[in-house]
Amino acid sequence: MGKAMERACDDARHSGVVIVSSLASDAHTWNLVYLQLLLEEHGFEVVNLGACVPDELLVAECLDRAPDMVVISSVNGHGYQDGLRVIAQLRRRPPLARTRMVIGGKLGISGARDGLRADRLLDAGFDAVFPDGPDAVPEFERYLSHVFERVAS
Amino acid sequence: MTVEFRVPSHTAEDGTAGNSTGFGEFVRHRAASGELVVQPRMGFSDPARMRAGLLATRRAAATTVGTLTVDSYTRVGDLAAARDALRAGIALNGYPLATHPRETTAQVLAGIAADDFPVQVRHGSADPGHIFTALTAAGLSATEGGPVSYCLPYGRTPLEKSVDSWARCCEDFAEPRRPGVRPHLETFGGCMLGQLCPPGQLVALSVLEALFFHRHGVRSISVSYAQQSHPGQDREAVRALRVLCARLLPDADVHIVVYAYMGLFPQTADGARALLGEATRLARATGAERLIVKTEAEADRIPTVAENVAALEHAARTARRHRAEAPAGADDDSQVHAEAYALIDAVLNAAPDIGRALVQAFKRGLLDIPYCLHPDNAGRSRSYLDRDGRLRWADVGSLPLAPLVGAGRSRPVTSGELMSALSYVRRTFDGDPYGELRGRPRGKAVEDR
Ligand code: B12
Repeated sequence: MGKAMERACDDARHSGVVIVSSLASDAHTWNLVYLQLLLEEHGFEVVNLGACVPDELLVAECLDRAPDMVVISSVNGHGYQDGLRVIAQLRRRPPLARTRMVIGGKLGISGARDGLRADRLLDAGFDAVFPDGPDAVPEFERYLSHVFERVAS
Repeated sequence: MTVEFRVPSHTAEDGTAGNSTGFGEFVRHRAASGELVVQPRMGFSDPARMRAGLLATRRAAATTVGTLTVDSYTRVGDLAAARDALRAGIALNGYPLATHPRETTAQVLAGIAADDFPVQVRHGSADPGHIFTALTAAGLSATEGGPVSYCLPYGRTPLEKSVDSWARCCEDFAEPRRPGVRPHLETFGGCMLGQLCPPGQLVALSVLEALFFHRHGVRSISVSYAQQSHPGQDREAVRALRVLCARLLPDADVHIVVYAYMGLFPQTADGARALLGEATRLARATGAERLIVKTEAEADRIPTVAENVAALEHAARTARRHRAEAPAGADDDSQVHAEAYALIDAVLNAAPDIGRALVQAFKRGLLDIPYCLHPDNAGRSRSYLDRDGRLRWADVGSLPLAPLVGAGRSRPVTSGELMSALSYVRRTFDGDPYGELRGRPRGKAVEDR
């Protein structure tokens, strides 16, 4: 393990399985690759489902793997409506009713003005929303240390 | 919206006649008189806005061609989602070409799309039958893509399926719909994931896709190259592209299109303009005929019509200050050329049919895109930025490049190092090389060897 990696791991060590996923219409993957590395550095085991994940595949993978958390990332500007559609399908399944699920990225096509609609995603069943911006990742890391117990390393 | 559709002025029978018209011919003629053709990446779901955008592009103080960029639902073939969004009044990230009625698209284009203002459809679909059908029905004859570059970066469609689908679409598209109008196809292979793919492989893919189009009957072709992280290396790449096309596609009408940077864009207006200026100088210094611009809104959101026009005019002003250099001669001893040549050679020897050869090449790792998550990508190659910002191989995996670059093995990168490499260009042009001003990203430029 490299120096930087060790340092990153010292910051906060958690354990558990996290599914990282895009949404059905979104092809962007650098965001997914980045989030996978970040979560692994925090000690999680990550299953990265990749780009353009159909709703049914995401539901099936979640039922199959019973993850500790689902992290949805979308930047193509269709994230609001696609996120609303898929969270309804996920929450409908009793085993997934209480699984921790968050979403983040560039969720609409109008930049900062999109922030206003985050409430609807929370109402629809997401536990947290991280709209793109300089604070998105630091806030996500704070959220992780808040909701997950640390494991002694 | 009642203007008549302009009838083409040339009526040559033969698609290869010297006086035929179309996207490729337009660009060639303008370039011959020393102009750089500039083009936006523009797409709106509202037809009135789309029309206003095309009109503003046409009227911009620049030599322009028009763009109709298709939305993500249409790209992945989810026409039901496109229809639902239109009904619900949700604005999309592009024009839903296969969902708006044909008459609507005709009205969008009427009196704007013409011989002296060709309009190209840009999509990003691995299975594009519905898009080709819709664009030819709309009377358009220029588009973009490729069996690899519209597959690996754009989802999870198997490569083999994309190759078959693109072969069928090319053959159908190659038949001229209107007499004298030659269908034009641009490779997206010079971009792939937009960032961190060493230029040798971008050039190889662009050439291989041009060969694929040619084998399937298309004769008017443009080959793309997306600006990367080092101006000198980018110049080598565009020259290599020119030399390889002259050698491998002697009987096609080929021009070069440069894309302004396709990775994490600067967040300041000054930075965005400076980066676009650099892309324009790249096009001029290499004699590229066309440039696709990016706007000041790139880092954030879908740009407005006005932002697109500002970018087009900024590029045109910059182009006027720099004369187009004559294309390079037949020789090229650059590193980018050597790498591209080795990759093309290995792929063409993998199977007699170019489509099968591409599928084989990815299976065997003879082509391998760094950080690409697509299931058909080997994922063993890795890249890094050297001290000067040149893109280099940290790990060639099974790419046939070991004799050219040495067979390094890389260690895994951290999230901070990845972000540092992804944001190198952004930081440089925002005047914040160490990422101190915005508190992100963490770490300095990586040297992963
Ligand atoms: C590279 C790129 C591409 C590549 C993607 C290749 C690939 N497979 O990844 C290509 C060229 C293929 C591409 C295609 C398209 N793209 Co694009 N692309 C970009 C670009 C230039 C950089 C994205 C990137 O690499 N980011 C690197 C990652 C690490 O950063 P990030 O994505 O910003 O994610 C960060 C944060 O958002 C946050 N975050 C993201 N998700 C989450 C989730 C959680 C839980 C948390 C905590 C944080 C978080 O953390 C990340 C790290 O800071 C951006 C513009 C830009 N940013 O400069 C446009 C951009 C994202 N693309 C855009 C669009 C619209 C498209 C297209 C639809 C084409 C089009 N109409 O222009 C297609 C997509 C097709 C589809 N089916 O989705 C738009 C989206 C507009 C919007 N949301 O308002 C952008 C913003 C460009 C623009 N201004 O128009 N694109």
